[in-house]
Amino acid sequence: MMAERAARSTPAPLALRMRGLSDRAIAWLFIAPTMLLLLAINIFPLIWTVRLSFTNFRANRPNAEIVGVGIDHYVAILTDPDVWGPMQATAHFLFWTILLQTLIGFTLAYLIDRKFRGHGFWTTLILIPMMLSPAVVGNFWAFLYQPQIGLFNYIVSFATGIAPSSFEMLGSVKLAPWSIIIVDTWMWTPYVMLICLAGLRSIPDYIYEAAEVDRASAWRQFWSITLPMVLPFIMLAVLFRGIENFKMFDLVNLLTNGGPGSTTEVVSITLKREAFEKWRTGYSSALAIILFVAVFGLANIYVKALNAVKNR
Amino acid sequence: MSAILVPPKGLSTAHSVVEPTAFAKRLAATVVVLYAVLTLVPLVWIALTAIKSPPDSISYPPKVVFQPSIEGLCNLFTTRSRQTEEYLKSLPPPATVCDESARRNSMVVVSRSNYLPRFANSLVIAFGSTLLSVGLGVMAAYAFSRFKVPGKDDLMFFILSTRMMPPIAVAIPIYLMYRELGLSDTKLGMILLYSAVNVSLAVWLLKGFIDEIPREYEEAAMVDGYTRLQAFRKVVLPQATTGIVATAIFCLIFAWNEYAFAVLLTSGEAQTAPPFIPIIIGEGGQDWPAVAAGTMLFLIPILVFTVLLRRHLLRGITFGAVRK
Repeated sequence: MMAERAARSTPAPLALRMRGLSDRAIAWLFIAPTMLLLLAINIFPLIWTVRLSFTNFRANRPNAEIVGVGIDHYVAILTDPDVWGPMQATAHFLFWTILLQTLIGFTLAYLIDRKFRGHGFWTTLILIPMMLSPAVVGNFWAFLYQPQIGLFNYIVSFATGIAPSSFEMLGSVKLAPWSIIIVDTWMWTPYVMLICLAGLRSIPDYIYEAAEVDRASAWRQFWSITLPMVLPFIMLAVLFRGIENFKMFDLVNLLTNGGPGSTTEVVSITLKREAFEKWRTGYSSALAIILFVAVFGLANIYVKALNAVKNR
Repeated sequence: MSAILVPPKGLSTAHSVVEPTAFAKRLAATVVVLYAVLTLVPLVWIALTAIKSPPDSISYPPKVVFQPSIEGLCNLFTTRSRQTEEYLKSLPPPATVCDESARRNSMVVVSRSNYLPRFANSLVIAFGSTLLSVGLGVMAAYAFSRFKVPGKDDLMFFILSTRMMPPIAVAIPIYLMYRELGLSDTKLGMILLYSAVNVSLAVWLLKGFIDEIPREYEEAAMVDGYTRLQAFRKVVLPQATTGIVATAIFCLIFAWNEYAFAVLLTSGEAQTAPPFIPIIIGEGGQDWPAVAAGTMLFLIPILVFTVLLRRHLLRGITFGAVRK
């Protein structure tokens, strides 16, 4: 009643706000459920992980006495030379996938931007692999990689003359990392391509027209117009791929499971082995926290770059 | 397939004056077509393997021409057991095509396989989590778009950062927490988990879409006597339909494709198709035609969705950073 009378006697904008819930209340009412879900499923578990990382807890022995071990796990991880193996495997994987995907992706985008007839149709076809489930399709690549019967080995042998059973993509220490790089590149090059294409399409024609008037060579136009203007988009794509591939789990788990030995053991696989095979929950929690801090750092850079691209 | 032929709308702005030469175009077309054909070989191979008989699927050299077989599909949907010739002769004639195909290999169909229940789990979990994350996302996105929320940028960043966590790192405490709460290996548990992952994408994408709806629409409605909530329901939501649908499809694809959480946190009751398909085995190793058939059936919905989504693809994969 009070509110109604107040609403009638106040000027229009204020009256609007008085009826029903206030904007402030609605704002919190609308945001709260999302925050609750994230707190319950993300933040609470994260805090739990931090707590576990200071203990010797093992998830397969829930009734054993839990002893605090201080920062022992963190010290152990950061001083253990074996931890650098997975880090190196991850770095190798990151470096080559990003390099290949950027080079091939940009080249494809540049070619598609020549606007030959039917480019829309072919673009859509090229995009298909990135929409598919990496696990389900990656699993099938294990079949393509079979020596002798696998299509991949057969095509390589057809093209180079090497006997198809003379090399094993997944079983050899030398080739296994590349088998994963190839599948990841096959899957995610379209992603980089699509973002690069958006970058190329964002360059206004008049800049090229002005360059034509100035008689700048095609080469010159590419280096001083095309590339600098697409660069923020490439950076965005690289950051997205970087964060995703830092977390890489599904393809590696299905193709090599870290093997042979531990040649393709990226950090996610180490984490899985420690947490769900050796059940060293405390130790793996500490490793998870270290990884999370690293990804969070990356995420920070990523959001800044994202805003830079947005504000152009 | 004909729908794919339509070029994506957002991708076809034509340069006017600086037109590439005919030769440049032909060269570009050749390379792009070559790449597209090469990139589709693995997918074509999945489709071909799905209709091969097991011996054909592992022949050397790989067979491109072969007698199509339904054995892969039958093996995908059934479990079979080997029997003696005498026993097989004593049986009545086969009732289904799959019975018939099993008999030819001296086997009988024992029961249905777990593929359909796993596929159904995928459907329930993907749609359930999509509904929840888009529902929550559209509300949060509206609040972030229209109201002065203290610490808005920090909250938005917080929401995004939850997506950056490596799934394996989160899986450990989730595993423990779900064990305590009785949510281990339940569909509800997976729906909540996928919703939490997807809600970040939903909020970011939907905020972009809602930002594009002029505020004047709601203000006009409110002058006409609508409350804020009514204006949200009757003006903003209908205007944002396209954005909501696009966002929903992205959430659906993520939940449909997700593997890391599924393989670590589910094993039976709530297991989805991605962790199940790789472990389909026949006698003496993996049954590749059955795996291929399962893979193909699993991919078809995504192929349809990709075509539906193509106009919003770019926006979705960049969290709304690139909007064209």
